[in-house]
Amino acid sequence: MVYITRIEHFNAAHKLFNPNWSREKNEEVFGKCANENWHGHNFELFVTVRGIPDPDTGFVYDAKKLSQIIKTHITEKLDHKNLNLEVDFMKDKLCSIENLVVGIWNELIRHLPEGVVLHGLKLTETPTIYVEYFGD
Amino acid sequence: MTQKVAVFRREHFNAAHRLNNPDWDEATNERVFGKCNNPNYHGHNYELVVKVVGTPDAGTGYVMDMKVLSDIINTEVIERFDHKNLNLDTAEFSTLNPSAENIAIVIYNLLRNKIDAALDLQIRLYETPRNFVEYPASL
Repeated sequence: MVYITRIEHFNAAHKLFNPNWSREKNEEVFGKCANENWHGHNFELFVTVRGIPDPDTGFVYDAKKLSQIIKTHITEKLDHKNLNLEVDFMKDKLCSIENLVVGIWNELIRHLPEGVVLHGLKLTETPTIYVEYFGD
Repeated sequence: MTQKVAVFRREHFNAAHRLNNPDWDEATNERVFGKCNNPNYHGHNYELVVKVVGTPDAGTGYVMDMKVLSDIINTEVIERFDHKNLNLDTAEFSTLNPSAENIAIVIYNLLRNKIDAALDLQIRLYETPRNFVEYPASL
């Protein structure tokens, strides 16, 4: 079993804000991340698929094709966007990096060809913060 | 021999912005700035490298105390821009387009009068890991 990872990136604005709470409560919980005028990050997305290398190509899955699927269905929807306002699969969700990685997983897995096994996602928000999700 | 040494301090801030020229119509802004013109903003992890050049002090061995430099950068730059919308939340970019070039010039000007005039100063600002600018330009 081999795990192959493709890295893509996107730059986006967001804020952490719970609409059911007062502004004071949001500021208390989310601090400067609750800035109503947004802030932003350079996000990096690591997509790992696993499998046995194909005897003819040596590939678990063609990394170029994986890149294209990620770009078409994920990063083009996220890059230079406002994650709270403009992303269909994040609508009505709290825009934390945890929820974002789950949203990306649910979106991406629908677009992978049969037989391509998504193993895990890693999403970095800053050089010092990242999340991982394995679909469970 | 002056024995000039360059010292560097790295700091970072995360901010939202958009590139837009209010003197142009929507179509021109979109054509020139592309997706950076998104009216709902986008954002970056800005990585700031501040370079200070001078001769090490005979008493301390320092070009400049790095803790002092860090405090100046935090007070003048990080607290001003971190987790802000550069277009909406900062006086510096209320009328100035917050391109990486302009941000570097603004940061230079914010720091220049807080740092000993005998020391040279240069700003390197990464907007993404692949796009970065320097001011003043070193040729």
